[in-house]
Amino acid sequence: MTGFPTLLYKEVLRFWKVSFQTVAAPVLSTLLYLLVFAHALAKHVQTFPGVSYVEFLIPGLAMMAMLQNAFANSSSSLIQSKITGNIVFILLPPLSAGEIFAAYLLAAVVRALAVGAGIFAATLWFVPVSLAHPLWALAFALVGSGLLGALGILAGLWSEKFDQLAAFQNFLVMPLTFLAGVFYSVHSLPPFWQTVSGLNPFFYAIDGFRYGFFGQSDVSPALSLAIATGAFGVLSWLTVHLLRRGYKLRH
Amino acid sequence: MAFAVEVRGVEKRFGAVRALAGVSLAVEAGEFFGLLGPNGAGKTTLISALGGLARADAGSLAVMGHDVRRAALSARRALGIVPQEVVFDPFFSVRETLEIQSGYFGLRRNGAWIDELLERLALAPKAHANMRSLSGGMKRRVMVAQALVHRPPVIVLDEPTAGVDVELRQTLWSFIRELNAAGHTIVLTTHYLEEAQQLCSRIAMMKDGRIVALDSTQRLLAAFSERVLRVKLEGSELPAALAATAAREPGGWWRIPVQDPAHVESALAQLREAGAVVASLEVAEPELEEVFVKIMRREESRALAR
Repeated sequence: MTGFPTLLYKEVLRFWKVSFQTVAAPVLSTLLYLLVFAHALAKHVQTFPGVSYVEFLIPGLAMMAMLQNAFANSSSSLIQSKITGNIVFILLPPLSAGEIFAAYLLAAVVRALAVGAGIFAATLWFVPVSLAHPLWALAFALVGSGLLGALGILAGLWSEKFDQLAAFQNFLVMPLTFLAGVFYSVHSLPPFWQTVSGLNPFFYAIDGFRYGFFGQSDVSPALSLAIATGAFGVLSWLTVHLLRRGYKLRH
Repeated sequence: MAFAVEVRGVEKRFGAVRALAGVSLAVEAGEFFGLLGPNGAGKTTLISALGGLARADAGSLAVMGHDVRRAALSARRALGIVPQEVVFDPFFSVRETLEIQSGYFGLRRNGAWIDELLERLALAPKAHANMRSLSGGMKRRVMVAQALVHRPPVIVLDEPTAGVDVELRQTLWSFIRELNAAGHTIVLTTHYLEEAQQLCSRIAMMKDGRIVALDSTQRLLAAFSERVLRVKLEGSELPAALAATAAREPGGWWRIPVQDPAHVESALAQLREAGAVVASLEVAEPELEEVFVKIMRREESRALAR
């Protein structure tokens, strides 16, 4: 038996014990976004034909919340363990770099899926949402939250202080998720900004996820999945490599 | 048979600081080994390198024959370290903490041993209390239990009794002695030298990243410390035969080296014959503290000479 199942269990239990803050809070803030933006923008933003703006917003906002919570879970767990010093309890047992990576990653994905499920359960009260291709939606939910879960591990490894992690979150993760086509279809943007959006891997996660709901998207879902999976693969390889070297963990 | 702990030529730098400057030592299976030295001598760095928390720049370390770099997972499985700093995970209770730590070693059905640890370390009444609510001494006991949860053949305790009350110290040492008697190898660092003297059969002393003394506790005591007879006389002088080897101490005390109990008797007989009135007397056994101070002073003067 290896230590992996226990580390995964511990990482899930860690956020589940404070689920009011780690799951309920993002569900509530997403609903607030939905109410406010739907009211303010419904008449101004053109999205897909036959799709109302509120319907268009729901998958985007849900995915944004999932991405941000996946990142928050792995990064905050690591930085807290590093700063309080209890990371030694993970470094001393025979846990391999791959096991540590997989446990933090999967816990981040579990939290993201819990947040996503919560958002859908809550929005069903207001708007009936169609789910044209559930498997595509699930694939993008997994790859998107995996991408951000891995990025969270990387950020947690790199950061030595909470403010460094906060900078990573506020200056990289927030803008990239916010500008990933959550609130608009990128086809409504000027060509330059369409190109810029195309460089943002989070855009593909959100666009592909939306395809799962409406059968319509800005980019073909297969291409989106390939790009998002590719980004996830590169990031995972880098993170496992750093974990194996003991980067900022084993001095 | 492989050594329980084998350290060869280990060097470690942190920036400009040379934390370990070529350390070699071997601890046999079943030993109770003391690692002593002033703060900053490199003891904790050496323990960190042994547990894989730090990486040696040069040299090699092995636990039960498993190289800590090449066979890292096997080495870590054979080792239980109680870190010096009190750390804990505030999300969990005492029992959850131990069950999780056990799971990290792949041990699922370990409840009986966890119960025993809780009992032996007087943690049972707090088993379901959150880690945050425990006192510092209690948290340290949990850390000892965490290090023992996988029954490692080699147990390293890095100042386990710092800031811990007398009762727990005694509970802890009787438990650790029992584990040692059952075949576990113990490596201990402490600043309480009387503890080290009582417990350790062999001792290494470190200073400035080097081993400066390494021998059995008995031989270190014999070489650097002595049994002394201390007497305080009332109004009379020390007989000349005794004064030759004696030294004056503050408070009117004389310090007379004695090899054995028979020597004590002859010294007292000389005092009586000289008509000296003894106001107070005591016999002091050799002390590790004296050995430690002498060795550290010797090293300081050697460092100055270099």
